[in-house]
Amino acid sequence: MRGERINPMATFTRPDTLKEKITHYCPGCGHGIIHRLVAEVIDELGIREKTIGTAPVGCAVMMYDYFDCDMIECAHGRSPAVATGIKRCLPDRIVFTYQGDGDLAAIGTAETIHAANRGENITVIFVNNAIYGMTGGQMAPTTLIGQVSTTSPSGRGQNAEGAPMRVCELLSALEGVCYLERTSVSSPKDVAAAKKAIKKAFENQIAGKGFSLVEILSMCPTDWKLSTQKAVDFVNNEMKKAFPLGVYKDK
Amino acid sequence: MGQKVLLKGNEAMCEAAVQAGCRFFAGYPITPQNEVPEYFSWRLPKVGGVFIQAESEVAAINMIFGAAATGTRCMTSSSSPGISLKQEGISYIAAAELPCVIANVQRGGPGLGNIRASQGDYFQAVKGGGHGDYRLIVLGPGYVQELYDLTMHAFDWADYYRNPVMILGDGILGQIAEPLELTPYKPIVELPSKEEWKLSGCAGRAPHVVKTLILNPPDGLVHHNDRLQDKYRRIEQELSLCEEYQTEDAEIIVAAYGICGRIAKGAVRRARKQGIKVGLIRPITLWPFPKAAFIEAAKTAEKMLVVEMSCGQFVEDVRLATECKAPVEFYGKGGGWYPTDTDILARIEAMQAAPAYAGRKD
Amino acid sequence: MADIKFDIHRCKGCGMCVIFCPCGNIRMSDVLNDQGHPYAELIEQGRCTGCGLCFRMCPDTAIEIDRKKTAKQ
Repeated sequence: MRGERINPMATFTRPDTLKEKITHYCPGCGHGIIHRLVAEVIDELGIREKTIGTAPVGCAVMMYDYFDCDMIECAHGRSPAVATGIKRCLPDRIVFTYQGDGDLAAIGTAETIHAANRGENITVIFVNNAIYGMTGGQMAPTTLIGQVSTTSPSGRGQNAEGAPMRVCELLSALEGVCYLERTSVSSPKDVAAAKKAIKKAFENQIAGKGFSLVEILSMCPTDWKLSTQKAVDFVNNEMKKAFPLGVYKDK
Repeated sequence: MGQKVLLKGNEAMCEAAVQAGCRFFAGYPITPQNEVPEYFSWRLPKVGGVFIQAESEVAAINMIFGAAATGTRCMTSSSSPGISLKQEGISYIAAAELPCVIANVQRGGPGLGNIRASQGDYFQAVKGGGHGDYRLIVLGPGYVQELYDLTMHAFDWADYYRNPVMILGDGILGQIAEPLELTPYKPIVELPSKEEWKLSGCAGRAPHVVKTLILNPPDGLVHHNDRLQDKYRRIEQELSLCEEYQTEDAEIIVAAYGICGRIAKGAVRRARKQGIKVGLIRPITLWPFPKAAFIEAAKTAEKMLVVEMSCGQFVEDVRLATECKAPVEFYGKGGGWYPTDTDILARIEAMQAAPAYAGRKD
Repeated sequence: MADIKFDIHRCKGCGMCVIFCPCGNIRMSDVLNDQGHPYAELIEQGRCTGCGLCFRMCPDTAIEIDRKKTAKQ
């Protein structure tokens, strides 16, 4: 079958907020799972028609082809600033950013920190796959010590490149932040927890509680040069050690 | 007849923006435009608007990108180095055809420079400091009243053409206080609706997407550029402002804009008293460049003198517009140098005394 | 039991469903779909419990499950 739905009321089916279009993401990429979770939450909260999403620069640059709501494509790293502009002008709409590790924690670090610090009432979905996917596998701020990438061919070194950046821990020091949780999509249990966290991050915005960010450890089999199974193992066995899952702030 | 007040250029610009319906400002402190964020910080909340002191000029221009996408009239301002920071965002705003107003209160450069006025960002403003083929409508006011009136028009032109508009001021204009009539705001064009494209949540309609990446089809971006260029040609045909002072019988034409145009006008007045047949062309729109005035002047004027507070940027457009039919001399320096009317007068006198130009090619 | 359908065209052959099916009841095909990927298929029809873990882990919404049949049985 080609995109036919058995039954729109079926228990497990594509959410309305996710368009039918087949994504360009690699086989086994976490984006597909995370997109679906965000779309499910938007459906369940009934907010599709008042949601405005911002697309990053990264593999998800074309996420407006997949999300059936108003969207804007931002310059690299600037999504929290753009989201601030939108939310301040339209405070009753739901505004979310969706960003990778380069977008959020390298070029966009200042925008991330200051939107958080101002307590902007937005929802930030942070996809951490410890590498720069779209551009072919360069080192990210969250690349692990010893991890090989195209710009750290000998493996990331503490002395030269510094340790991987822990965004949840970093932002937890800021007063304006109301909710921070780190999750992953590397097992069914983790996916369920990630969805719960995403839902809470959107509910916080609806309740006007301030800045919420969900960090999601995600697989990148292509640039990690690993099979799907080994990529899942890398998240579960290695990434979770460097980036412990859990709630880092919950006002 | 509006209320008469005494305001600095920077403040006048802010008040004009608010009168024209600007309800969102994001900016960062930098001399000589600090009055701008300061003024907006108390003025905007009074009208239910939003003021944000952003963490950087980069963040500010991106906040403008978001605000503009919602259809809100919005503005940012900075001075030279901060405008450099905004270039990526400006390119995005132009590519997405979103309306906004950007003010550059120019200071000495390059680098950190100094805090004196200059006109060293002309190329950046008019030729496009950001990447790609785009144009900003660029305005070069020389008087506080003119700055006030043009700022209100800027919001109208931005909405009408769906294009960012830059107010290319300078440190003197920003700081000078002059009597100002608070002309009531009235749109100078019929303003189009924003419902077709603005972001507001997709209730009752298909979602709107604001984007500037056009990968497919392979020539998609070519067509987008063609459309933008068509728009820019239309703007060039419809919008062109300059002041022509005593140019009808002028043998020497002085060209200058902004505060420099004002100083040059003083020199032209004094030269006329001495019997020298000299006139002034003072462009007010820098893009579109008021070519027609220069083409006309080049027919009869023997010589042109461009005066600008830079090492020679605006002069290139004068040469281009006249196709060098009349010789164009340049008098200017970068780095926060100001000419006096006496200096300019001396140059006019020297040009008058010099032999007639024999190499004219018509 | 549950009515489960795999969209051969959407599937990118990543194998997440194969890894996470608790019954080990999913395999990759020997042939490629029109996108050039092997695709996921049930090994034993009628044995699917409709737990939905494959759906949960699929990045491409290539799986649909109707659990109503399970509930009624």
